[in-house]
Amino acid sequence: MIEVVDVYYSYPNGFTALKGVSLTIDRGECVAIMGENGAGKTTLIKHFNGLLKPTKGVVLVDGDNTRDLSVAQLSRKVGLVFQNPDHQFFSETVEDEVAFALKNFGFQEDEIKRRVDQVLERMGLKQYRQSSPFNLSGGEKKRLAIASVIVFNPDYLILDEPTIGQDYLQKCEIINIIRSFLREGKAVVIVTHDLEFVVDLKPRVVLMSQGKIILDDYADRALTNLKILDDASLLPPQITELAYRILNSPSLEGILDEHDLMEIVKPLLKRG
Amino acid sequence: MMRIFEGLRFRRAESPIHNLDPRSKAIFLVVLSSLSILYSDPLTLTILLIIQVPLVYMAKVIKFWLNSLRGSAFLMIFIFIVNFLTSYFYMGGFTMDGLLMSISMTIRFITLIGAFSLFFLTTTPEDLSLALEKLKIPYDICFAFTAAMRFVPDIALEAQSIMDAQKSRGLELEKGKFMDRIRNMLPILVPLFIRSFQRSMELAEAMESRAYGAIRKRTSLYELKMSRNDYVLIAFSILFMLTVVFVKSF
Repeated sequence: MIEVVDVYYSYPNGFTALKGVSLTIDRGECVAIMGENGAGKTTLIKHFNGLLKPTKGVVLVDGDNTRDLSVAQLSRKVGLVFQNPDHQFFSETVEDEVAFALKNFGFQEDEIKRRVDQVLERMGLKQYRQSSPFNLSGGEKKRLAIASVIVFNPDYLILDEPTIGQDYLQKCEIINIIRSFLREGKAVVIVTHDLEFVVDLKPRVVLMSQGKIILDDYADRALTNLKILDDASLLPPQITELAYRILNSPSLEGILDEHDLMEIVKPLLKRG
Repeated sequence: MMRIFEGLRFRRAESPIHNLDPRSKAIFLVVLSSLSILYSDPLTLTILLIIQVPLVYMAKVIKFWLNSLRGSAFLMIFIFIVNFLTSYFYMGGFTMDGLLMSISMTIRFITLIGAFSLFFLTTTPEDLSLALEKLKIPYDICFAFTAAMRFVPDIALEAQSIMDAQKSRGLELEKGKFMDRIRNMLPILVPLFIRSFQRSMELAEAMESRAYGAIRKRTSLYELKMSRNDYVLIAFSILFMLTVVFVKSF
């Protein structure tokens, strides 16, 4: 369990990015953190593996205070994939890049090989084994960055904007990976602006605005609450917006995708 | 480490020092740094350091200036220890001369850091570029120089992001033996260099799409002009230098 208890964080330049954030993330849970740029989303997830230590308040990972452990130690449990893949590649081959974390955590040689094979296959990067990470396309780099973290199988997977530069099929693949992590009883936290992606996953949604959590609820309630979405500078999903126009009522709970909408439209059509 | 970069970044402010022509500030900087390299007794070096303080005060950048000194504290200690140990073994034991020499070297470093920090804190990159052009340096080179200065803080930020990303993949940078930590810098440096090359390519493309180099002779919106204060600073710099040289020679 990751417990964030009344956390405040101020950057050295004086900017206060988090103002009293409390949040608990259990294993097996899927949480999407959303909100406007500068709301404090990335600052919050950097607390999960101890990259940032709270100015006030505590962050506990399975009961351990993040202050007491190094980032490398915490990362064994909390895998964080950053937004920009160019900020981490340094190996000559894709294969070595994926093996990097395993070597850091002291895995055996044959175990490293087995896991690297498996993860490259899963992320559709097998044909690039011996290529340089720098020659990959934007989408491939992003998947390589994810691969280089899921390879050590952390209990909590944190993804910062995983869908940037991915086409629809690749997004589906990322969703599949997230689902398989959840099935194994692990927690997945996603920071994203991609509403369609969130609608597909139907996670718990944490809306942030100006360093505070303004809503923490399941997607079918959170993403259909037009008032709160507006406060977090988010547009509702298109289907929800459409349902709002059709029904002309703000009670839209549970109307997120085309199936939900059909349920409502069908009776209306029958009536004529 | 980050603090040193912060200390070299221009701070927009209204002050007599900010309004000086970069050329006169450069003369002052050259005088200070050449004197501090020329002489190595603690007294002269301390004077060279103290003389900066009123200017820093006038420029209202005292906080940033002290920050850049504090940021280089690690290097100061390093310089002191290396010099002290060298003198200790070279002279076969502890001597007053050895200690004084180590102190001087450290003050020299502080003086240089301070002087450069003062210059860069109060000079806009654009002014600097204009000044270089006035010195008949080709514009391409002026531009490359100011662009480099301009990107220092960005690169520092990027270094931080890269460190975060590698630590998140289990790279231990917080604990361990000194040599291990040095070896662990490689996964930081490679992406940093590659990003810098990428960035310069991107910058070049962006500039070309905005017609960089379309006309051979560029004109500037602002022209540098020497004011009375500039002549005062130049005169002071030269007098100061002559005095120090005179006093030290006799």
